[in-house]
Amino acid sequence: MTPDRIRREVSAWLEANWRVDRPLIEWREILLEGGWAAPHWPEEWYGRGFTLDQTMVVAEVFREKDVVPAAQVGPRGLASETILACGSDDQKRRFLRPILTGEHTWCQLFSEPGSGSDLAGLSTRAELEDGKWIINGQKVWNTSAHHADFGLLVARTDRDVPKHQGISYFLLDMRQPGVEARPLRQMNGHQSFNEVFMTNAVVLPEDLIGGEGNGWHVAKTTLSFERRGFSRRVRGSSLDGPKQGPIYAEYEEELRIATEPYTWYPQREGRVDLVLPRARETGAINDPATRQEIAKLICLHTGARLASDSAEARRKAGATEIIPAGSIGKLAASVIARQASHVHTMISGADAMLSGPDSAADGIVAEVLVSVPAISIAGGTDEIQRNIISERVLGMPKGYRADQGPFRDIKRNA
Amino acid sequence: MQTEFSNEQQLLRDVVARALRDKSPPAAVREWMATDRGYDAAVWRELGGDAGLAGIHVPEACGGAGGGPVELGIVAEEMGRTLFCGPFFASAVMAGNALIEAAEESARAELLPGVASGSVTGTLVLDDLDSPSGVGGSVRATDRGRLSGTAAMVVDAHVADLFVVVARASAGLGLYAVESGAEGLEIEPRQVVDLTRKLSRVTFADVAGRAIGEVDGETLDRLWDLMSSALAHEMIGCARRLFETTVNYTKERFQFGRPIGSFQALKHRCADLLLEIEIARALTHHSARCLAAGEGEPYAASMAKAAAADACMSAARAGIQLRGGIGFTWENDTHLWFKRAKGSEVLLGTPAIHRERMMTMLEGAA
Repeated sequence: MTPDRIRREVSAWLEANWRVDRPLIEWREILLEGGWAAPHWPEEWYGRGFTLDQTMVVAEVFREKDVVPAAQVGPRGLASETILACGSDDQKRRFLRPILTGEHTWCQLFSEPGSGSDLAGLSTRAELEDGKWIINGQKVWNTSAHHADFGLLVARTDRDVPKHQGISYFLLDMRQPGVEARPLRQMNGHQSFNEVFMTNAVVLPEDLIGGEGNGWHVAKTTLSFERRGFSRRVRGSSLDGPKQGPIYAEYEEELRIATEPYTWYPQREGRVDLVLPRARETGAINDPATRQEIAKLICLHTGARLASDSAEARRKAGATEIIPAGSIGKLAASVIARQASHVHTMISGADAMLSGPDSAADGIVAEVLVSVPAISIAGGTDEIQRNIISERVLGMPKGYRADQGPFRDIKRNA
Repeated sequence: MQTEFSNEQQLLRDVVARALRDKSPPAAVREWMATDRGYDAAVWRELGGDAGLAGIHVPEACGGAGGGPVELGIVAEEMGRTLFCGPFFASAVMAGNALIEAAEESARAELLPGVASGSVTGTLVLDDLDSPSGVGGSVRATDRGRLSGTAAMVVDAHVADLFVVVARASAGLGLYAVESGAEGLEIEPRQVVDLTRKLSRVTFADVAGRAIGEVDGETLDRLWDLMSSALAHEMIGCARRLFETTVNYTKERFQFGRPIGSFQALKHRCADLLLEIEIARALTHHSARCLAAGEGEPYAASMAKAAAADACMSAARAGIQLRGGIGFTWENDTHLWFKRAKGSEVLLGTPAIHRERMMTMLEGAA
């Protein structure tokens, strides 16, 4: 379908159906029935089988007309994409609809205190007892887990096989006595994540996804969605400016809750945009040493953007070369953030000791200085990215491994 | 403004890369660099002249191929990769661009065709190779075009037929043409670190020059940008060659029963290096596109020169270090690229000078 035709069809449908005085869920039920909630999904599951470009056209029309879309923000997108890719028809029937309407929120239960970079070394147990899976263990870095209805859980179901083979993937009901989410406070004072403790939590057999022992494959599916720019979409976009009508209030509240964990994310990227204004305001712009560091930052920032644009253009043109854009882009973001933090420190001088509203840039600079350490850890540490780049892009040989053989024989954290 | 290479430009790169791989292998580079001349005249005639590389950026009306900074950059990048020895940088990049940017119409029509065809080897005499602001401090011109003074380092002056000179006259900086053998012109080859790029001291003792154009500040800046961008391309070619051979070496060299490339200390250094080179490469290609279109950041060439120089030196240092002792020997080829990297890092301004230059363009002088 051409963009123009899509435009006409969706506009006509909205003309007939969109009203600002409906309750949020009711509107999304209508949106779902009309087939415009998730156009890139297959036709048998609420979609139209659109390409990403075609879906963008629909999103554009929604934005132009200030129409509230299906629920998208937060980890629920990871859940729906994973269930679509690996779930049974029964799971799709039960879970996809309330994700789109926004009735259910989700969280991801992957990392553990004992397995960070080495996710496949996880040790949360799932054991079959009387036809039910009984879960025991602890997860960490779980965004939105404190209000989530369901969790994407990876757990170990077999300790006698090599570590990647003994993992299974479950859809966990978070609203049960055996599941407890506790907020985790970060070094920058924010609480964006939780720890989740599972003590004899129960999962019914129909909520195992992708088959027993196949969890690593399903987890990689989730992670690939996460890497494919999902993290950018996850933060969501508010409709421009305040809108009149009851549905907007409900929608804004949903967005506020879902995006709350991400408010400090611009700071962890270093706030390059504040560097020149701060340098002018403080007079540091006249200091030769600071000028050198600002120039280095501008080179890094501009060059990384150009390199990523060019990789994107080549990918769109169908290039088959191995484009290291993902890992390189992530490593570049770390380098840029660290250099920005360094420059902000030079500019502020002793004032960098202060935080809060009467410190530099309304406290933003202070938040930058204590948030930047996160960027080289979250979503895979710089060290892991360097392994990926050197092995997959440069073809350097893998190192010695001490985690072959049955999982139960591998040395682990106490 | 262009954001990607066109098919024609990609083809140009492939053709040039193939020719250079064929004509300029490391063994030939070693042979040429040990001679006084520094290159093989027949090979330069073939590539610079017959293949048209000396005039790749010269307008067709002046006997060139009608390309611009992007095409010039492609050729420079591939030459840097193979460490090609020949007066391409002096004649095409320096003298050629000076004539294109600053010479009057009649002088362009007369002098450019020879440079573009490779039949005339030109060079550009600048009495300061650190920064455009220092140019004209030593070489002076009288109102009748008599030149006096010394330029301490002139690229490939020992083989130049045509000296394009930037000199200070009472009215400001001017462009002058002097032919080799002119009375009062003295050329003394200097001992250099990078044997693949020869430098000479050029002294003018009341030499009769021909005034061929005026060089105002804007023109000199643009000329400096064009040369810096081309040099950045050369450094990117140099950096990538160093990087690729180094990574390959770590896959083949065994210690402690494993290829050394399996150790994370080396893998991580290589990954960081790839990032640094990719960023510098993007800035470098961007600088040529900006210069070709007359758009974009006015400091694009300085970003490119600073980033490419740092990336190239990082690649050169890693090239020696990751090879260990063998990398420090004369017999191993790595030092040839290391020395080119060092020379290019400081020619036309160190990274620090270019960073200050970009800040001045962006925010004014400190």
